[in-house]
Amino acid sequence: MTQMFRMASGGIVDRSRTIGFRFDGRAYQGHPGDTLASALLANGVRLVGRSFKLHRPRGIFAAGAEEPNALAELRTGARREPNTRMTQIELYDGLEAASQNRWPSLRWDLLSLNGLIAPLLSAGFYYKTFMWPASFWEKVYEPLIRRSAGLGRASREADPDRYDTMQAHCDVLVIGGGVAGLAAALVAGASGVRVMLCEQDFVLGAGLIGEDEAWRSAALERLAGMANVTLLARTNVFGAYDANVVGALERVADHVAEPGAFVPRQRYWTIRAGRVVHATGAYERFIAFPDNDRPGVMLAGAAATYVARYGVHPGRRALLFANNDAAYQSLFTMQDAGVTVAGVVDPRADSAAQAAARARGITVWSASQVVGTAGSLALSGARVARIGSAGTDTLVAADVLCVSGGINPAVQLATQSRTAVAWSERLASWVPGAALLPQFSAGAANGVTGLREAAADGARAGAGASGAPADALGLPEDRPSDVTVLPFWEVKGSGKAFVDIQDDVTADDIRLAAREGYKHIEHAKRYTTHTMGTDQGKSGGLVGAAVLAEARGERVQDVGMPTFRPFTSPVTWGAIAGTSIGKHFAPTRLSPLHEWHVKRGAVFMDAGQWVRPAYYPAPVDGDGWDSVLREARAARRGVAVCDVSTLGKIDVQGRDAAVFLDRLYTNTFSNLPVGRARYGLMLREDGIVFDDGTTSRLAEDHFFVTTTTANAGPVMQHMEFYLQTVWPDLDVTLASVTDQWAAMSIAGPKARATIERIIEGLDVSNEAFGFMAVADATVKGCPVRVFRISFSGELAYEIATPAGHAQTVWNAVLEAGEAFKIEPYGVEALGLLRIEKGHVTGAELNGQTTAADVGLEKMFKKRGDFVGKVLSQRPGLTDPSRPRLVGVRPVMRGDQLRAGMHLVESGTTHSLGWMTAVTRAVELEGWIGLAMLRDGVARIGSRMQAASPLHGALVDVEIVSPHFVDPENARVRV
Amino acid sequence: MRYSGLRLFAEALRGNSGWKPAWRDVAPQKSYDVIIIGGGGHGLSTAYYLAKEHGITNVAVLEKGPIGLGNTGRNTTIVRSNYLLPQNHFFYEKALSLWEGLEQDLNYNAMVSQRGVINLFHAEGTRNAAVRRGNAMLLDGIDAELLDKEQIRALCPLVDVDNARFPVLGGLMQRRGGTARHDAVAWGFARAADQRGVDIIQNCEVTGIDVEGGVVTGVRTTRGRIGAKKIGLAVAGNTSRLAQMAGLEVPIESHVLQAFVSEGVKPLVDQVITFGAGHFYISQSDKGGLVFGGGLDGWNTYAQRGNLPVVDHVWSAGIAMMPSLSRLRGLRQWGGVMDMSFDGSPIISKTPIGGLYMTAGWCYGGFKATPGSGWCHAWTIAQDAPHKLNEAFRLDRFRTGHLLDERGNGPFPWMQ
Amino acid sequence: MIRIDCPSCGGRDEVEFAYRGDATVVRPAGDAGEEAFHDFVYRRANPRGWHVEWWYHQAGCRQFLKVVRHTMTHEVHAVARAGDRVEVPAAEHTGVPAAEHKGVPAA
Repeated sequence: MTQMFRMASGGIVDRSRTIGFRFDGRAYQGHPGDTLASALLANGVRLVGRSFKLHRPRGIFAAGAEEPNALAELRTGARREPNTRMTQIELYDGLEAASQNRWPSLRWDLLSLNGLIAPLLSAGFYYKTFMWPASFWEKVYEPLIRRSAGLGRASREADPDRYDTMQAHCDVLVIGGGVAGLAAALVAGASGVRVMLCEQDFVLGAGLIGEDEAWRSAALERLAGMANVTLLARTNVFGAYDANVVGALERVADHVAEPGAFVPRQRYWTIRAGRVVHATGAYERFIAFPDNDRPGVMLAGAAATYVARYGVHPGRRALLFANNDAAYQSLFTMQDAGVTVAGVVDPRADSAAQAAARARGITVWSASQVVGTAGSLALSGARVARIGSAGTDTLVAADVLCVSGGINPAVQLATQSRTAVAWSERLASWVPGAALLPQFSAGAANGVTGLREAAADGARAGAGASGAPADALGLPEDRPSDVTVLPFWEVKGSGKAFVDIQDDVTADDIRLAAREGYKHIEHAKRYTTHTMGTDQGKSGGLVGAAVLAEARGERVQDVGMPTFRPFTSPVTWGAIAGTSIGKHFAPTRLSPLHEWHVKRGAVFMDAGQWVRPAYYPAPVDGDGWDSVLREARAARRGVAVCDVSTLGKIDVQGRDAAVFLDRLYTNTFSNLPVGRARYGLMLREDGIVFDDGTTSRLAEDHFFVTTTTANAGPVMQHMEFYLQTVWPDLDVTLASVTDQWAAMSIAGPKARATIERIIEGLDVSNEAFGFMAVADATVKGCPVRVFRISFSGELAYEIATPAGHAQTVWNAVLEAGEAFKIEPYGVEALGLLRIEKGHVTGAELNGQTTAADVGLEKMFKKRGDFVGKVLSQRPGLTDPSRPRLVGVRPVMRGDQLRAGMHLVESGTTHSLGWMTAVTRAVELEGWIGLAMLRDGVARIGSRMQAASPLHGALVDVEIVSPHFVDPENARVRV
Repeated sequence: MRYSGLRLFAEALRGNSGWKPAWRDVAPQKSYDVIIIGGGGHGLSTAYYLAKEHGITNVAVLEKGPIGLGNTGRNTTIVRSNYLLPQNHFFYEKALSLWEGLEQDLNYNAMVSQRGVINLFHAEGTRNAAVRRGNAMLLDGIDAELLDKEQIRALCPLVDVDNARFPVLGGLMQRRGGTARHDAVAWGFARAADQRGVDIIQNCEVTGIDVEGGVVTGVRTTRGRIGAKKIGLAVAGNTSRLAQMAGLEVPIESHVLQAFVSEGVKPLVDQVITFGAGHFYISQSDKGGLVFGGGLDGWNTYAQRGNLPVVDHVWSAGIAMMPSLSRLRGLRQWGGVMDMSFDGSPIISKTPIGGLYMTAGWCYGGFKATPGSGWCHAWTIAQDAPHKLNEAFRLDRFRTGHLLDERGNGPFPWMQ
Repeated sequence: MIRIDCPSCGGRDEVEFAYRGDATVVRPAGDAGEEAFHDFVYRRANPRGWHVEWWYHQAGCRQFLKVVRHTMTHEVHAVARAGDRVEVPAAEHTGVPAAEHKGVPAA
């Protein structure tokens, strides 16, 4: 027989449909509207998990986000999610879930033997042992601890589902869709402002079910009709951040087996709210008493929820242990629904609810407490004794023990917004104080309980948040519900009284922590792991604090509470990543010639966000090096063309453009004639080299600056900073034009012969257009700028053209160069050529080097200020023994060099320098490299060793000039 | 009271009733030879090594709240010495060697777990930098290993080696690196220092530092004035404020660094792994939670909380590195206030004020330095001169230009 | 989330901006000497309280903005253009919630 605990009517489950699911492999049935927890209870399943440390049997304890015990591995394979709360899993057809942290089975769990040695496993036991011998920690103790710790098992496969992100703005954000939140949204919505309401549950107004259903449906209908109101069910606000910005997670498709096509599994909302209403409700707290963790012990409100909302009897015979009248309503709800009531145990001498209970024929043990529970894998009864009476207790048969120690308003989000909390004597709990941000707390979150009062409080908050009047709202009917408590936290006795049920932290553990000096609440928390489970101590946090207070001889409110850090409920990792996954983790920047490179079969490499051709394999090439060497040879001996569009380009215009550049660069630009380019070196203000590149003067008041690919953004910001904040009086305008201009470098002895065929309107002869000349021209009708500059050390021209013309110009160059067997060359050959030439790049200019370190000290102008000038003269930066740029060649030309090798005197291990870049050369035999070497200039001509102990490599090398090819720089001028 | 398995057993038999406080709760005396301001790992270890190595036991550690709850209790627990610059790696290697014997020395299990630290690289340039760093370490006697992508695949099966936006080329591994239980470090040092006679004074906030004739004479606190011959600052995150009490303005800014822990799961990540194409690193605590973090929020703050943009970036980088983390859930988020120095390296130094010393500017690398910082700080205080291991960590290096810019980011603390 | 009310673009998230540190230090004249440049680059008040700082609206108007922000509450009190003067509140907290603030006009 299935669903033997399901009531014939009541609740909002859809009994017309039956859905099947599996738990630990066994098939069960439930209804739409169920959670996994309610469906398991309907089927009489009591034992659902094992505890973290002692592997004690555990049952369903709550009905919502505060659940400590009922955690499952939901789904299977790549979709398996560990630690999912059964109380929040919406039942769907075919659902599969498994209990966790047990072996070999839930009923027979080997590690439950831990219970026998529990006294050894007291708080902090691991800090006091496992120290001998030292090497055993990683080999023996830690693997054992790691295997037995943890909760569920994570999937090791890629997540097949997708996630979405949303950026939202609203005037009023209502957090919580209980009665207070609905009232707030109704009032704010009626005022016409933009309202959003987030509710973590899959139904709104759940607390009204079985109470005032009419008010609930009317409210939901009205809200649905307001175009300015966005209702987000299944959406938990997980954290409050500065300036009323919150993060929320919407479970879009967790209630189906798999998300449909084009539907994300979850959606991450960033919501910027003008005003926020915290209608986050309250969490019922338990009382610590011996064996208060046995399956069948349940929060009173949760037990009533299973009856009223799900139509499920959480047990056949219920006993209530409570210190407040409101909890009696939970018992009455159960009694009205046909659950046999065993009675009430109440530490208070008398109360209105006690009288009401007696009037209902319920036995009330007043001034009494539960001193223990009976049963093994499920509760069979509770032992009840009068407070102060020694010895005698009565065993009361019950299979569900409803517990209520009062309520804790859910102040987490308010405190994250820096709202201070105040102690409420009536609730014996913390309530929110005055908000610092434009925020309002309402309903149970504000310590206001009872449907009617909470609705009124919500309406007030909605009015405050929107400026609308609140009085028009009709209020729901409710029953008397007084949450005034007798502060009552713990029943001392033999047996474990848990204050953190998930992490197996007992009241004794808290006392032990206090005894050992871990008396501050944060110390006690960390020493015992109290409140550090996935439920974050929602129902037991204050109980532990109270035990600590007693141990310290202080009041609970003087002990304080640990900081409520985000997240209010655990947040799915993939949802935060959203769509920024896989190839979309970072933007991909492509040259306008990218498609051509692809067609040509280039091998690509990442350069920051850019994807650039590394080299272009040809059928004749045996390996990548063959390609690189072939391309570089073409540049040295014939002609080759390289796509250099990724270089940063900044257009600098204005009357003071030249003065501005003089102040930014170590060298002078004001004396640069129009139509000429000059290499420039730029420092940071601390005197370290920042960037280099050529700058061309296109007109008296117009310069074109190039930067390295990596520094395009930072240089632009650097320029703007000095222009706007240091020299705002200068008449200069800057524009980044990196993406607007494509650029290609045509290099090699045949470079001129190649471009002569296509350049229109410009004489590119050496006489008319010498080294470092710049001019406008056209190619196939496309406007181009021609720069006679060279990075390769060969006769070279750089042609820049608006990006849209890139392909036309590139094709023209290739066609013109065909006669000279022109080759495209990639970044690898570019690197080879520059190393042969001894030009520096980011490998040398890595933010640690001075101009002198790389042999560029002569680029400092003698007169006038420039950025970095003063601090570059500090002794630590002018020390002549600093590592300096040199060239390196292996003595045995066949030996391989590696970037990152260190240079040492033969036979020693003391590093004197390191190799920044290496390559096989085309102009020389074998490998060459650049290095930064202490006393480098003095060591030129000497022999050392290049060591890479990581590779087991040690190579005899000679230190040479870094300019391997054409040190006189004659080739560029032919 | 000595901790041992036997003791644990004996106490278990008598209901754990015999355990004594780990450290005494004491009120301040009128004066001390040395006052350490800051009861985090660095302050407590300074006091411990002053007593142990230098026989200076008339020492008080003043902590404005409870001990160990600043950055000591907020970090991601990584220990390693895989630094490029020799001044850095020799110092951190000293710290690592102290970690290796810490539990036996302190008689407190700080769960130092040498599970290995792997830095992934994804491009030629970063590979070359890793090779340079690894070789620098090996030449100076510190362990390092270069892993190719097949080794990464075998060691870290969750890492997306091939299909990521930035495929993995390999990694640099320090096997002796790993993690330690951060709270236990503070508690262990407190207990051991206390046993050697150090007074640990909690809830005692320093409100002023008295300087006469250029020399310190004591501190003013919320519990009265306390005299001192020497004062050591170990207040990372608040160094600027404390130094200003003595009239010093230091090259430090305060920034928040966030960290995260996931729900506990069975063993999943066996090493400490750092991503090379974004700010992200991860390890798994012995309790089962994945502990992870990334970069700074990037603006001055003293608030121990961060904001969503960094959450977005760090978590995205996590998925980029290990796509199968997607269905796991983050449990908690927190922030610590970092002492960001202007070259990214620490300061353990004398100051222009006589008798005033500091261990500061730890950026986000302070935890791993804890025993080394205390050891060198204690030496500097006791000898009134830096030890060889910390002579490069001088406060005046920003004037002289002897910068220790490990990563070349320049004088921009928010970019370090 | 720090929200900055850009005088050109309106209220925007911090992600559109690049932070550039303390805006109270002033670059000295070129001949002011090493000490002055040391202080400009390295010496910082690093206040726990109101901080005047540069934010570069990189993904917006590309203007450097002068922002007065509290380093404990993160409240943004004022946002001004680079050349404008800003007023730093005397009180720890202005008493007006952050979201109420608009950028103060140039003084």
